[in-house]
Order: sequence, then structure tokens, then C-alpha cells
Amino acid sequence: MDKKGSSIASAFLVILISLVTVLIFNFTGWASAQPKLKVGILHIGSTADAGYNQAHAEGVQAMKRNLPTVELIEVENVPEGADAERVMENMIRQGAKLIIPASFGYLDPALRVAKKYPDVKFEHPGGYKLAPNLGTYWASTPEAFYLMGIAAGKTTKTNKLGYVVALPISFFLANVNAFHLGAQSVNPKVETRVVFTGTFLDPGKEATAANALLDQGIDVLGVIVDSPITVVQAAEKRAAFSVGYHYIGVQKFAPKGWISGIAFTWGELYTRFAKQVMGGTWKSEALLGNLASDYLTVAPFGPAVPADAIKLVNVKKQEFISGKLNVFQGPIKDNKGVERVKAGEAFPVANVGKMDWLVEGIIGQAK
Amino acid sequence: MVGSSLGGFLSGSILAGTPLLYATLGEVISERAGMINLGLEGVMLMGAVVGFSTTVNTGNAVLGVFAAALAGALFNMVFGFLVIGRRANQLASGLALMFCGVGLSALLGATYIGSQIKGLNEIRIPFLSDIPAIGTILFHYDILVYLVVPMAILVWWALFYTRWGLSLRAVGENPAAAFAAGKNPYLLQYQALFIAGLLGGIAGADLSLAVARTWAEWMTAGRGFVAVALVIFSKWHPLRAIAGALLFGGAIALQLQMQARGLPVSPFLLDMLPYLLSLGVLAVWGGARRHTVPASLGQVFQGTE
Repeated sequence: MDKKGSSIASAFLVILISLVTVLIFNFTGWASAQPKLKVGILHIGSTADAGYNQAHAEGVQAMKRNLPTVELIEVENVPEGADAERVMENMIRQGAKLIIPASFGYLDPALRVAKKYPDVKFEHPGGYKLAPNLGTYWASTPEAFYLMGIAAGKTTKTNKLGYVVALPISFFLANVNAFHLGAQSVNPKVETRVVFTGTFLDPGKEATAANALLDQGIDVLGVIVDSPITVVQAAEKRAAFSVGYHYIGVQKFAPKGWISGIAFTWGELYTRFAKQVMGGTWKSEALLGNLASDYLTVAPFGPAVPADAIKLVNVKKQEFISGKLNVFQGPIKDNKGVERVKAGEAFPVANVGKMDWLVEGIIGQAK
Repeated sequence: MVGSSLGGFLSGSILAGTPLLYATLGEVISERAGMINLGLEGVMLMGAVVGFSTTVNTGNAVLGVFAAALAGALFNMVFGFLVIGRRANQLASGLALMFCGVGLSALLGATYIGSQIKGLNEIRIPFLSDIPAIGTILFHYDILVYLVVPMAILVWWALFYTRWGLSLRAVGENPAAAFAAGKNPYLLQYQALFIAGLLGGIAGADLSLAVARTWAEWMTAGRGFVAVALVIFSKWHPLRAIAGALLFGGAIALQLQMQARGLPVSPFLLDMLPYLLSLGVLAVWGGARRHTVPASLGQVFQGTE
């Protein structure tokens, strides 16, 4: 056979094989027992980052353990934008009836896909928009950061605390503010220094930022970036204490200096979502949990935390839950000397999206 | 406190500048041989991931560095095959190599995210590391930091004081003339790319094994492109590259140190500092660069028939 003929023949063969494969797959898929629910989840990064993504991934795994009839379609490293839309539509074509686009930036793609497929339900974390078939969920974190501040303020020896933060956006500023206020409530001498890296993921820069803070004599280091591993390890290496965020299992990276962390434990919430979709009771709502919710957890304490600090954290946690205690109770001045909350008033935690200042005692620039 | 702050700034600059310098030295060699390699970012990522995974599996970070260097060199051979073997456009091939490296390293590294390593040991220099304040911060680094300046001197010596370096530079200036003089331009270019890959791989390993001690996808975050820019900045000279890498590493460290020290400057503005600095220096030095560019940089040598 000549060269041209053989290439045409092989092209036909490839097409034939792929057609047969597609047919077989479709047929078996159609013939096998239908699962009760297919859930699709999109991750912005790796599900082993010990951070934001791993918390979501372990959430859907817990859901699958609770509900064995649920089938999971999980895709990692999905860029925000048109790619996310394609992945979601692909999941829907595979039969997914509940989609969890697990990154803030998936909101607009998810809204577009949701409009096209009104019978598919969407749950988007931390968003600010709703659709008839798209709900949103998150937990308010300042109270939890306040508790971390108490533990840190009681554990520090140099009275200098530090935070490595991705960007100076309002929710992160509120968390650092709450952390400092918590520390100050048990240790008036304490100061908190904050460094912004300008990105959610650059381990090299995070290490440099952590070292810059440690050079200033800081002995407690907290972190708000996608993956806490680099900063927590940097603290451990220089015998400082650390506070984690997002994922519950960060302690193994800093066994000696670990204080505690704020962790999202999504498993039970995702189980409820799946049950609601299966039972037809799902409705679009904006959920905002707090310390009383089963999806916001204070991680186990490390060996360095004094017993009275742990006791106080638990007392204050109950006071937050019962509404007896406010994180941002006036008078509060910002670190430029401007009065932000008057004496006798409290800044509502629900409004932290408007917070663009850092409280007095924090060394850093909010904008 | 002033002493320790200065020490902190210096040590931050050195740590941030070391991976940049290894990568820049590699790119200097490849550009001196007439090839501009925009795929350096991908080469660094391959080094970072192979170095990290080797260290996880063997528990030996030094072995990780060797594996990373080899991985970088082999990965750069793909570029070599494209631009030397197939005579493809260098810019397009480089970008393709970069994206290939990003994807391949993410694939290889997927199971290693969240793994723990001990990383490269710190080596304390006797006496010097005991000086209060400065000494404790400045003289306890990993081996890659101590080797980077000798490496720059070695590259400088090899390029300018050996027959091999002369031939290599001749290929970068005028491959036809080098060919007429009995040299094999293709072989020399492959050699240049292999060594550039070794250095790019070490740069990546420094990031994953010494600086961050972790693997994350695209953890180089643009450092490969910074290194390509630093080559121009240092006028294709290995010794000037030391200053360039230190300056750029220093700008990164300085902006984070300034934040930690609580200087009243916006973090957004500080984040621009390294790039503003580069723009400034290029504006001042710009005119003098014309005569130092290897004459055949970026051109495809089609043979002499």
C-alpha cells in the first residue's frame, strides 16, 4: 500500500475504534443501575494543599461516606472563566444534579450555567449572588480568629504576633483585626504585624515574608493564603508558634509550635445539601454559619498552649454562640488614630465586607 | 535591632536571589550560544518537582538536587530538538516548552503536594556564624547559596577563558564563521542547552528544597521570565548577573521587610517595587546594551550549503 492509502486507512480505523468505544460506554452507562445522585465539584487548586481545596475535598468525601449512593465527579485545577463553564456542563451531561463550584471566582460561570440548566442545583461557597437554582454558603470567621488571638496572646513570649496574608481585602483585614483584639483581650502588651504577599500562591514569597516577620522578633505566625504549609513550616523551623486556617490537618507540619487553627469542616453540610436535592426539598438560600455551625471548627490545640488559655477559648466560644460577646465591641480606633467604633457600640460581624482598616496595635497598611 | 533588620534584609535578598541567579546563569550560557529560551520557567518547574519528589522518596535532599539538575537538562533537550534539530522558531518553541513544563510538573507533582521533607541542611560557617546579630542571620545557609557565586565565576571563566567558551560565543555571534573554523555549531548549542538545563533545574530545586520546602503547582510564579530579563539586565555577563539577581531578590525581600517593619507605604505600591526598579535600571543602562547582544541571538542556523 502506498503512503497516502495507508494513512487514510489508519485514520478510518481510529474513527471506527473511537465510535465503537463511545457506543459501548454510552450503552453500559445507560444499562447500569442509576445512582441516586451525582455530585460534581470543581477545585481551583490541588486537593492535597492542606488548605482551602483540601477542606472542600474532604467535605465531599465525608458526604460520600454518609451517603453511599452518591456518585462523585471531582475535577482539580480548573481555571476560573470559560474553562469552569465547560467543566460544569460536562458534569451535567454526565448526569450531575448538584454542582459545587468551590472557588469564589467560579460565581459568574456558575450563574451562566445555572441559567441554562434550571433543573440542576448549584451551591457556591462565599459568594454574594443567588439564583433560583444557585445557593451560597460560608461561615463568618472573625469570632474564630478572636479565639485564636486569645490562644496566641496567652502563648507568646515576645508579645509580638505576625500574619502573612495574601491581599488586603476586607474579610482578611477583619480576620486579622479580630485576631489582634482577641490577643489584646488577654495580653494588653501584644502587637501584631501583618505582611501582604499580593498573591494567593507563591511559596517562595511566603517563605520570605514569614522570615521577614520572624526577623522582627515575632514568635506567633498566622497565615491566610491558599496553602498554609510554607509559612507554618517556616515558623516551626525557627522555633516560633503557628496558627492555621482552612484545613483541620495542618498540625503535622508544625508539631512543636502548633497553637491551633480555624478549619472548615464541610462534610455534614454537603451531606445535607445532597439529601435536600435527592428529597426535592432543596431551596436557594444564603447560608452564613458561625462557631455554632458544624462546618466551622476550632482545630485541636498544640502542646505549647497553656491549659488556662484552652479553657478561656472554650468559655469565650460559648459567649459568642449565645450572643453575649461581640468581636468588634467599641471603642475601637484604627491604626491611623481614627475612631471607627464608638464606645458602647459594636461593629456588626455581618458588615465586615465594608471593613477597610486595621485596628490600633496592628502594624501594617490596609490599603 | 538595626543590625538584625539589616541582616534580615540581606539574608532575605540572598535567599530570594539565589534561585534567580542559577536560572540567569543558565540563560546566559544558552543566549551566548545564540538561543533565547523562554521555556526556562518550565525547566525550573521540572527541576523543582523532580527534586522534591526525589527527596520525598529517598529522604536525601542532595540527591534531589542532582536529580533536579538532570531533569532540567533533559527537559531542555526537548527545546534543543525543536530549535536545533527541527530549526523551529525559538520564541514559539520556548513558550511551548514553558507551558509543557507547567503541565507536566503539575502532573508529576500531583501526588507530592502536602508531602513533608527536611530540605537541604543549613551549614554554619565556624566563627562567622557566631558574630552576634549579623552572623546568626548571614552565615547559616544551605549549600546551594554558598555555591552560587562560585558557580557564576565558573561560568564566567568557562565562557571567556576556555577554548570551548570561545567556540560557544562564536556560535552565538556567527555560526557560519564558527562552522568554517571547524566547529560544530549544533553540538555546541546542544551542550549549551544541557548546561543551561542543569542550572535551571538547580534553580527550581533551590526553590522547592531550600526556600519554600514544599511543592506547589507553578511555584516558580514567573521567576523564569524574571531570569530571562535579568540576562538582558546583566548584559549577557555572568558576573553582572550576580548583581542583577541580588538587586531583584533584594527588591522582593525589601518590600516584605518594609511591610514587616511597618513602613507607612501601601502594600500595593511595595509590590511593584521590584518591577519599578528593573524599569529604572533598564532606562538608565538601556542605550549601552546594543553592542553586547550576541549577534545571532534568536536566529536559526540553517547550515552552510
